[in-house]
Amino acid sequence: MTELKRIIKAGFINFKRGGSVSAAAVLQVINTLAVIVTIILLQAVLYSSLDVIRNKVDVTIYFNVGASESKIMFLRESLLKLPEVASVSYTSSEEVLKLFRERHQNDYPTIAALDEIGENPLGATLNIKTKEISQYENIANFLKSDNALVSGSSDIINHSNYYDNKLVIEKLNAIISGARRLGFLLTLYLVISAIIITYNTIRLTIFISKEEIGVMRLVGASKMRVRGPFMIEGAIYGVISSILILLLFWPITAWLGRNMTLFLGLNLYDYYLSNFLQIFAIILLSGILLGVISSFLAVRKYLNK
Amino acid sequence: MIYFNNVSKNYRDALALDDVTFSITAGEFVSIVGRSGAGKTTLTKMILADDVPTEGTVFFESIDVHKLKNKGLTKLRRRIGVVFQDFKLLSNKTAYENIAFAMEAVGKSDEEIATDVPHVLELVDLGHRLYHFPSQMSGGEQQRLAIARAIINQPELIIADEPTGNLDPINTHEIVQILKKINDLGTTVILATHNKSVIDSVGSRIITMENGKIIRDTKHSK
Repeated sequence: MTELKRIIKAGFINFKRGGSVSAAAVLQVINTLAVIVTIILLQAVLYSSLDVIRNKVDVTIYFNVGASESKIMFLRESLLKLPEVASVSYTSSEEVLKLFRERHQNDYPTIAALDEIGENPLGATLNIKTKEISQYENIANFLKSDNALVSGSSDIINHSNYYDNKLVIEKLNAIISGARRLGFLLTLYLVISAIIITYNTIRLTIFISKEEIGVMRLVGASKMRVRGPFMIEGAIYGVISSILILLLFWPITAWLGRNMTLFLGLNLYDYYLSNFLQIFAIILLSGILLGVISSFLAVRKYLNK
Repeated sequence: MIYFNNVSKNYRDALALDDVTFSITAGEFVSIVGRSGAGKTTLTKMILADDVPTEGTVFFESIDVHKLKNKGLTKLRRRIGVVFQDFKLLSNKTAYENIAFAMEAVGKSDEEIATDVPHVLELVDLGHRLYHFPSQMSGGEQQRLAIARAIINQPELIIADEPTGNLDPINTHEIVQILKKINDLGTTVILATHNKSVIDSVGSRIITMENGKIIRDTKHSK
């Protein structure tokens, strides 16, 4: 316990006396944490844009006129049981007719032809949304299959618009997967390069103390007694940088929220505030781990004597 | 206490120690003399296991120092006090903290540290420099601080490697007197130096080295 207390105290004293070296290390950790916060915000923008696109895609099953509602409901229940399906909404033939009339209210010949027929020529529909765009094909295959769940459905289904929309769905799917992959690779690249740069900055700050590490070992200090204060110093870099970076992003996201919400499709200030605790935890943990692990690794090289 | 058994050390193209064999008994004051590059520092590094011999073995009592692992090595070094030509003080610590660090390393309590540090600094005439950093002290003061650090844990052996190399004659004399006093109190002292006046003032066993070899091992006669 006394040892731990001494290590922590020494870490704080070293940080205080480090002066410009400590300040340089804090600035570098700030840069790395800024990259991480920026990535979190960009991911939020990316996922919100992808959600908007995904919500615009659906598949509609058109039923024959007079198809039994109980059969349609049975099929709806079967579809809802599929893990890929996010929602299935039913529109009765009457509602379909009403919507058709509303949509064509200015199209006199069409409305006149409809009145001429006298009865409702439109069947009910089921509108299906899946959790992922790539899963629409599975739904189309499910409907075509000889599955017991859909047996008897073929005589009530007129057609589905999946094959009409297939090309668009596939293209959107490719764009979304590509954007995600690119986002992941970009994140990976930025995080790794930021970590390497921070590690090297901390390594340089410890390099200055290289000789002193040797002296500490020669006077009989244990490895932990030598390494501990450097790790505490690293943790201090992390904590101070986390607090500064979170304060810095407050006005930045406020400005983005005020001026860029339309362009980005997401109010970043609202997002920042509503996810603040989560972001704070990620940044604080990243900052501390970055400082502590970098210091641990950097000191190791000079300790093996 | 210390036994070198056919120790050689090769640095790529230079032979720093060449088949060195000698022993030192507890309580001795041994001066190791020779020109720069004769192998004095390499020899002291071998005792601290700060360097590894190419051949041969070095014993501290019955311990083969180069077979020690991390914890054993730490324990060995706590039994030895070291003084260097360039002082090797911790520059971002005050005089008090430099001594306290060595005491903390061996697990002394805060109370012992608070009592002993001012006392040992008084002994080396640095009582007024307690809270000064090494950079605020003269060369002689820094070396006295290094000696205070070396003796604070009452080691069995003091190794002083060219402790007067950077000092003027007055400070040199003071340092030698301090080392002699430490030896009088029963601590074994190994003093590596190339300074003839220092050797003359010590008047003890002298091991002379040249090109990594021991060429003479004599009791000094004034």
